[in-house]
Amino acid sequence: MAQTVQFDLVSPERRLASFAATEVQIPGQMGDMTAMEGHAPTITGLRPGILRVIGTEGTKSYVVTGGFAEISATSVSVLAELAVPLDELTPAKLDALVADACEAAAVNTDRDAADKAVADLHALRATAFV
Amino acid sequence: MPSLKDLKNKIASVKNTRKITKAMQMVSAAKLRRAQEAAEAARPFAERMTAVMTALAAGVGTGEGAPKLLAGNGRDQVHLLVVMTSERGLCGGFNSSIVKLARLRANELVAQGKTVKILTVGKKGREQLRRDWGHTFIGHVDMGEVKRVGYVNAQAVAREVMAAFEADEADVVTIFYNRFQSVIAQIPTMKQVIPATFDGDATTALYDYEPSEEAILADLLPRSIATQIFTALLENGASEQGARMSAMDNATRNAGDMITKYTTIYNRSRQAAITKELIEIISGAEAL
Repeated sequence: MAQTVQFDLVSPERRLASFAATEVQIPGQMGDMTAMEGHAPTITGLRPGILRVIGTEGTKSYVVTGGFAEISATSVSVLAELAVPLDELTPAKLDALVADACEAAAVNTDRDAADKAVADLHALRATAFV
Repeated sequence: MPSLKDLKNKIASVKNTRKITKAMQMVSAAKLRRAQEAAEAARPFAERMTAVMTALAAGVGTGEGAPKLLAGNGRDQVHLLVVMTSERGLCGGFNSSIVKLARLRANELVAQGKTVKILTVGKKGREQLRRDWGHTFIGHVDMGEVKRVGYVNAQAVAREVMAAFEADEADVVTIFYNRFQSVIAQIPTMKQVIPATFDGDATTALYDYEPSEEAILADLLPRSIATQIFTALLENGASEQGARMSAMDNATRNAGDMITKYTTIYNRSRQAAITKELIEIISGAEAL
């Protein structure tokens, strides 16, 4: 049996998932990364993307828009501001997210970050429904 | 001496009141349970957030180049007090206790020569503060339409607070809310959110940071403020229901006592009337 890590996905309002996973694929700010058992302790920011968790009972995917992940040798905790299971995501929901991001970007002073968030969401829109 | 009819009406009216307070008590008991669950569910996120922020803040320190939200803008002149209260009354001393604490703090600050600004969340606190501190109001967040406090509500408050801070309209931001301890005890609490303070020991587990420690800190600080406000709102929600529940419990019991008292008086006066009539009949018959 493969070694597992304790995976937790929490949003500000509640704990969304908590189970043992063999592999967690995280959309990090600096690029995608996969965390497995024995990973060096890392804290990474998230960009809008798909969080894929390969657990002992199959694979689960979530769409996250931001937040951070705390990785240690035995656990992975993802603190996401908004997380939606991929199979519950509809194009309309994603469009609403894109609209929100555009709105936020319009008033954001940090142009680079704002544009990147919108671009990331557009990319997500393109890949999520193929 | 009130007439028998008056007494009867009075008893009927108190009985109605008792029905209402009893119903309100049961409603808030149900709401309290939900509010407590919400507060419970939000705890893991807040705890992790605080843990990470504590580690980050300890690593970066408050020296030169630290984010303003953490280190402050170097001044301590304008204090923004965020007073969180409920939208509805009939919850005992819930709102008064928050307002009292806020007033105390505001007076203290004014005595020190500081400028006080107030942002109110929830209309009951606003009403109570308006007379003395109305001139210091800089805004109000209305929660009347909010059925269930969500993270978005906290973000809305956080946005206002941070806008004021960034526009140099406030140097220090403190939130006021009631911490829920039990149904009969809610503790008025004040907490400074900007510059951010993190209590708790920094467990300096050596993390790698991606992108960099500073970048993550800058990214997380606004979220952490929103999270703190969210926690406060949830605590406040649970406290409000707890306070209302015990207030309504008291009211129900008082109404019960009143009913017993008035019923005794009613029965006595009825008996007195009967006795009087009998005496009249008997003495009338004897006179013949």
